[in-house]
Formats: sequence, C-alpha cells, structure tokens
Amino acid sequence: MNPRKALLILVPYMWLLALFLVPFVIVLKISLSDVELAIPPYTPTLDISAGWAGLKDFLSQLDFENYVWLTQDDLYWKAYLSSLQIAVVSTFLTLLVGFPIAYGMANAPDEWRPTLMMLVILPFWTSFLIRVYAWMGILSNEGFLNQFLLWTGLISEPLTILNTNTAVYIGIVYTYLPFMILPIYSTLEKLDGSLLEAAEDLGCTRTTAFWLVTLPLSRPGVIAGCFLVFIPALGEFVIPSLLGGSDTLMIGKVLWEEFFSNRDWPVASAVAVVLLALLIIPIVLFQRQQERQQEAEK
Amino acid sequence: MRRLTWFNTVSLTFGFAFLYVPMLILIIFSFNESKLVTVWAGFSTKWYGELIRNEAFLDAAWVTLKVAVASSTAATILGTMAAHVMVRGGRFFGRTLFSGMIYAPLVMPEVITGLSLLLLFIAIGLDRGVFTIVLAHTTFSMCYVSVVVSSRLVSFDRSVEEAALDLGCTPFEAFRLVTLPIILPAVISGWLLAFTLSLDDLVIASFTAGPSSTTLPIKIFSSVRLGVSPEINALSTIMICIVAVGVIATSVMSKRAIARQAREEKAAMQAA
Repeated sequence: MNPRKALLILVPYMWLLALFLVPFVIVLKISLSDVELAIPPYTPTLDISAGWAGLKDFLSQLDFENYVWLTQDDLYWKAYLSSLQIAVVSTFLTLLVGFPIAYGMANAPDEWRPTLMMLVILPFWTSFLIRVYAWMGILSNEGFLNQFLLWTGLISEPLTILNTNTAVYIGIVYTYLPFMILPIYSTLEKLDGSLLEAAEDLGCTRTTAFWLVTLPLSRPGVIAGCFLVFIPALGEFVIPSLLGGSDTLMIGKVLWEEFFSNRDWPVASAVAVVLLALLIIPIVLFQRQQERQQEAEK
Repeated sequence: MRRLTWFNTVSLTFGFAFLYVPMLILIIFSFNESKLVTVWAGFSTKWYGELIRNEAFLDAAWVTLKVAVASSTAATILGTMAAHVMVRGGRFFGRTLFSGMIYAPLVMPEVITGLSLLLLFIAIGLDRGVFTIVLAHTTFSMCYVSVVVSSRLVSFDRSVEEAALDLGCTPFEAFRLVTLPIILPAVISGWLLAFTLSLDDLVIASFTAGPSSTTLPIKIFSSVRLGVSPEINALSTIMICIVAVGVIATSVMSKRAIARQAREEKAAMQAA
C-alpha cells in the first residue's frame, strides 16, 4: 500500500476512532464508576497508566451498581417503556398520514411531481426546533387550534393539548413526516402501472387492486419509512421537552435531566448504554432490510 | 397509469396543508402587534426591530454561522475522503469497523453522541467552546457527506479515471481534474447538508458548548422553554425564508444544469 493511500485511509479513520469510538468507551467506563461529589463528579475505576495491575484492579472493583440502580428505580423502567410506546404509536400514526400523501404524489401528473417533491423536502431543511416551536403556539389553551374549534362550535371550552402526550405524537408525526413520505413515494413511483391494469382486466375493482397489488409492492418503502421514524423518535429529546408535559417520560429527556439537572454522570452514562442496547435491534433489522432491498434491485 | 382521483386530491391537499399551515401561522404571528402570540392585534414589524437590537441573538447567530461554516467544510473534506476510501479503497485492515463508524452516527440518538463527546472533551481536558462544537459537528456530519458522496462515486464510470492515470496524471491530478468535477454536485449537496445539520443542531451543541459559545438553537431553546414569544416568531420567519430561497434557488439551478448537460450531450452526439 503506498503512503498516499494509507494517508487517505488514516485521516478519516483516526478522526472517527478518536471522536466516535473512544467517546463510547469512555461512556461505558463512566457508567461503571461511582458517583462522587466532585469535579468531574465520578471516581474513575480504571487506571490505564498502571498497566496490567491497573486492569486487574479495575476488574476486581468493577461494579454494575448504576445498572442495578436503573432496574430498581421505577423511573427508568417507565421511561424506557413509555419511549417505546410513544415511538411505536407515533410511527404508526406517521404511516397513516404519510402513505396517502406519498400515494397521491405518485399518482400526480408528471409535471407536478418535482414541485411536490420539493415541497416535501423543504420542511426537512427548515430548523427542527422551529417546526416544533410552531406547534407550541397552535396547541396551547388559547392557541390557534382551540380558537378555531371554539369558533366552529365543536367544543365549548378549550382542550388541553399542549404539555400532554397527544402533543408529543403530533410533534413527532409532523417533524418526521418527510422521512416516511420519501421512501414510500420512491417505491410507489417505480411501481409498474401495467400490473394494476392487469389486475383490473382480471376483474379487480380499483380498491381491491390497491389492497392486492399496490400495498404489497410498497412494502419495502413502508418498512424503510417506519424505521426512519421509529429509530430517531425513540431517543427524541426536543419534542417531549417542548410539547410534552412533566408526566411525559421519554428516555432522551431523562438522560438530559440526569446529566444537566442531577449531575449524575455515571447514571446518565448507564442510561445511554441501555438506550443504545435497545436501539441495536431495530438498527440491525433496518440494515438487513436495506441490504436485502439492494440485492433485490440488482 | 396516473390517476388523480378525488382521494388523491384530498390527501395531497390535507397533507401539504398539515406540513405548511403551522409554519404559515408562525410567520403570520411574527407580524402581530401584540405581545400575545395567539391573539391578532394588527400588523406590525416591531418584533423584527426588537430582534435586530437584541445583541444576545446576534452574538448567538454569529457563533452558529462560524461553527456551521467551519464544521461543514471540514466535514466535506473528511467525508469525501471517507467516501473515496469506502468505494475505491479495496480491502484494508479494519474495513468493517470503518464502515460501521460511518453509518452508526446516522442512527445514533443525539443525546448519546452529545454525552459521549462531552465526556471525551472532559477526559482529555479540552475547554469547551466554539472549537469543541466544531469538532462534534464535523464528526457527525462527515458521515452524512460520505453517504451522499459515495452514492455518486458508485454510479460513475471508473474507466475515465483510469484513462487519466494512463495518460500520465498522478493520482491526485486525476482526482482533481477528472473525479472531482464529476462528483462535485454531490460534494456541494453534502456541504449544504452538513451546513444545515450544524445550523439546526441543539442537542449535541448543548452538550459540547461552553458558557461563552451559545449557538442560536441553544438560545432559541432556552427562551422558548419559557413560552412562545413574537421575537422568536420573527427569527423563525427569517430562517424559514432563507431556507426556502436557498432550496428553491438550488433546485432551479440544478434543473438548469441538467438541461444544459442534456443539450451538450445531444450536441456532442450530433457532432460525432
């Protein structure tokens, strides 16, 4: 291997090792340390400079105290479960909202489609924080939605939506909608129209042709879209902290508070390690599905 | 078979209304006279004036811009290198680990990335400030750049590059004169993506920022936590407009570039 090529590989490699992998090892290490009222607020239990003796020493005092603590305190269990629940429900809702839009786009006249595509991508480039903030004004008690509903006479007194889980669902559906629409649209767009014609010639109505042909063929896009919404929703922090209430438990928010408010770094690190363990399953499944998809397209 | 049935029309109308009405309401209320964001009290641009006089916001905007330019430029260079390694590097020791480290940050929750980087900076005794935010942003956005650039690298004809090498170019010249012009659109979109990600990021910046390096999202978040304010609406409106103009301009430009390319190819075919 010539030196130039080695350099080309080494620079990004070293960068990622130093700023991605090493930080994880540190998180893992701190999650196994004890809390200390000092700066930094933990006792390092691994002394690398002591070499082999240090490692032995470390293994002997290795303690999973913080992990045991996570299982004992209700808060963490509930936070993990409710993050899972919120992520699952909002992924499903995003699919319900996103599919018809993707379907409509795929069936729109050819000359509209670049514009529609741009309209879907545009919110993605707009600040996430601003898009979440926009809902704060809409969902509050004297907000736009309540004013509108009161005006139509559908309700007689304002609904409390802001600072509840409902607001969190709305926020996740709204901000992650483009991630659901785009993969579904790209599979629907490639769909061979003659299949639907064949189905109709063979006696299907349009609706049954949709259920029997379009829907099964759009499966790869639906699965990709669901993963793209579910994975980031699980560790979401901004949406629950701005739209959710004090009883909205999401693990990203718990980690943040554990770190910034309680200054309990070892527990925050342990929460991070468990969250990662939780995410590995969907991430690996997603990767497999993407690989299968690429194989199929070859 | 394209059919715009009533169902499609309805779902498109409602879908795009859902995507755009919230932002529209946000923009409308930035011109509201009243301090109450939800009650209309007449047209006024006074919140824009307040915003321009608010030095904390201006400082934060300046910090954000510096971070975004520095980190997206570094991320584009590193990401393009990484893409080149992934697509053209062949086999080398630790390739699986390398590709894992490229893809993992894309799906990593921001809280974890932020926490781990902060713990690293503390462990090595690096003072937190603009520099640490740049390091953090470069790390996660280089992965996005690398994905964008490698998809372009995969699809292009390698023989052109080999021809340049056969005709006496050094590998670097071949890259600069042949490869780079071809992958340039992807490199530019990678840069834009990295730039936007950096402008947007709240969570990772909150972990890695020091007391004197507040970025705009951190500033917005801390004031929004206390409730809605028309000044934030004004700020959001400005940011939405910049993004809209940028996205529309780039899409028009790329459409023109594609059309020009098609024309040139056609002309070349006719000449031949």
